[in-house]
Amino acid sequence: MSDLPHDVRLVSASLVHPNGHRALRAVSLALGAGERVAVIGPSGAGKTTLVRVLGTSLKPSGGGLAIGGVDPWQLGAEALRTLRAKIGVVHQNPPIPPRLRVVTAVLAGRLGTWPAWRSLASLFAPHDAAAARTALERLDLGERVFDRCDRLSGGQLQRVGIARVLCQQADVILADEPVSALDPALADLSVGALVAENEARGATLVASLHAVDLALKWFPRLVGMKDGEIVFDRPTAAVTTAMLHDLYATEGRVLPQQGVDVVVDRRMRRANVVALKRPGCQ
Amino acid sequence: MSASAATLPAPAPLRDPAARGRIGALVVAVVVLWPLLALAEFKPWQLLAPGNLQVMANFLAGFLPPSTAPDFLALLAKATVETLAIATAGIALAFVVAVPLAVVATRSLAVSRIGPGPGRAAGAALRTAARAILTLLRAIPEVVWALVFVRALGLGPGAGVLALAVTYGGMLGKVYTEILESGDTRPARALLEAGSPRIAALFYALVPTTAQELASYTVYRWECAVRASVVMGFVGAGGLGQLMDQSMKMLNGGEASSILLTFLALVIVADALSAVIRRVLA
Repeated sequence: MSDLPHDVRLVSASLVHPNGHRALRAVSLALGAGERVAVIGPSGAGKTTLVRVLGTSLKPSGGGLAIGGVDPWQLGAEALRTLRAKIGVVHQNPPIPPRLRVVTAVLAGRLGTWPAWRSLASLFAPHDAAAARTALERLDLGERVFDRCDRLSGGQLQRVGIARVLCQQADVILADEPVSALDPALADLSVGALVAENEARGATLVASLHAVDLALKWFPRLVGMKDGEIVFDRPTAAVTTAMLHDLYATEGRVLPQQGVDVVVDRRMRRANVVALKRPGCQ
Repeated sequence: MSASAATLPAPAPLRDPAARGRIGALVVAVVVLWPLLALAEFKPWQLLAPGNLQVMANFLAGFLPPSTAPDFLALLAKATVETLAIATAGIALAFVVAVPLAVVATRSLAVSRIGPGPGRAAGAALRTAARAILTLLRAIPEVVWALVFVRALGLGPGAGVLALAVTYGGMLGKVYTEILESGDTRPARALLEAGSPRIAALFYALVPTTAQELASYTVYRWECAVRASVVMGFVGAGGLGQLMDQSMKMLNGGEASSILLTFLALVIVADALSAVIRRVLA
């Protein structure tokens, strides 16, 4: 486990995009080291922007961010690089060049900690192919380790992106809609792998999810976002169906779920029961 | 039914908001281009005037048949090898000049551009300086550099190699920068956001997406270097150019056409080489 405390604290942060769109309005969020939180909300709620601000890829236009008690935007270039190497981001559209082999794409998670010569040597002979395969096996993709990424489907590529972050062994894992291209069973498996990383290594985990049932099942704390603001932030057990319906009021009467062909309420309640049974949840 | 359809208001015609700008640009292009053609004394119909046709035909007839005298062919072979050596050594040196400058100048590899991070102004200044050096190197034609270097190194291929290294270093660096910036830059940004050093981001994200274009442009420049050695031969920098200079001065059209056929063969070889490299990198 890391020697650094990796709690994350966002205080009254706002973000205005260059085109004038206000994506975050005075958002405050505090995560203890090793905690895990799901961020849910309708499209355009600001979930992606929140993840990018937490991951130090966007500087908030107002308010402040502290990771392990340190404001990343006050750090020097080298210290900021070291900090970023400890933050793993799962992107919704995995930013992986199609010509890369899967093993290289996964091991790219280690570039922040490898010396440059090892990074270059690893392009010719993978430095730790076993680690890449282990990460892929956890996502049911172990046999594709030496394939090229352009031979993979969208869902497989998304899991390669998750495997990269598992391989990175980050202290803070930020997942932006990490399973949007996966079928229900694989989505469950993949979120489970991220949660296992949180439980086994104590990595702080923030996942934005469009599927409410996955959030209810795997996360002890839910943050609801709408129009760039946090609408609720409570233990999962205290989130009511009415609050969820209110959150998704603009998207019609059906809550977005990963499970197919099931209409809201009964399934919702069942998911809630499962969440209550999981170890580590309230 | 038809009555209700008739009472509906006619839909407003859908206007393309970009159309006006495009038509404007087309008009500007014509208005600018016309005086330029007049200024350049562009009068292609003069080519077809009977007297001119006769003069050109006489000139071209002097080139036939291509010379096949054994001692000339021996000279030609030696000059061809020399030209290939000048072009290849020149491009190799140009590559060494171009790559570091291109890496510095490429915006998508700039860590300081992610958010307004530390060292942003210094990074921008460094990139501008690298671009300025590239501009300076390629602004002066290789034949001028050759004249300079011939003074220092004396007549011979050495001056040609140095002249190519300088000018083509500037060209390669500029175009490498543009190719690296024109591909998908998200993979590189994602790696930099995970603490990767820029050299690793270059080889794990940008090169895999742009390898074919980089290789294709490099081989094309090698082909240009082969042709450029003609001009440089005129200033005594060796190779096919010097041979061409001698043949033209002696008004020996047959020898000149043999030399031109050699160029044709070399360009075909460059084309094949480029195709093979692109296939390997695909």
